[in-house]
Amino acid sequence: MGMKDAIAAKLTAGLSPTHLSVTDESDRHIGHSGWREGGETHFRVDITSPAFAGKSRIERHRMVNALLAEEFARGMHALAVTARAPGE
Amino acid sequence: MSNVHAFIDNEVKTNDVVLFMKGTPQFPMCGFSGQVVQILDYLGVPYKGINVLEDESVRQGIKDYSNWPTIPQLYVKGEFIGGCDIVREMFQSGELQSFLSEKGIPVRVPEKG
Repeated sequence: MGMKDAIAAKLTAGLSPTHLSVTDESDRHIGHSGWREGGETHFRVDITSPAFAGKSRIERHRMVNALLAEEFARGMHALAVTARAPGE
Repeated sequence: MSNVHAFIDNEVKTNDVVLFMKGTPQFPMCGFSGQVVQILDYLGVPYKGINVLEDESVRQGIKDYSNWPTIPQLYVKGEFIGGCDIVREMFQSGELQSFLSEKGIPVRVPEKG
């Protein structure tokens, strides 16, 4: 499974999002630090989940990061996150 | 406690505003670090930039320090604020400006226009 699909699967399983988009933006960072041949280094996640209700921004990012620890270990270098609770 | 942890802890606690970043405030080496620099400079906030590219142990150490996997990382009065996305969201909503003011950090409010 590619990194993008793995990210989507883990966030779906862990946070039951009502909205989720995962974008591989690695091509926009060619030549930057952390980029590598084959990409899969820079991702953007836009996620809405009831699990975020009442949580601070840092707590929300930590929830996402924790689910994706394996992806960070596999070479994911940057993860831009927009995390909302429904209605925000 | 390792030396790196002690170094980071000291920087975070003895400087009101510290940005752990790639490159320097004058020459950011990463777009995400550069965005935070732009925001802090726009607000005229005095801060210390620490270039993690100069020391691999700090680059890894800062990720462990706050259990946060990415750089940049912004600290205000010893408190971890967040990375690029959080700082930008707080800036856009005006929260960052009011938060800094509450902490006694001088913030220049740019004239509307």
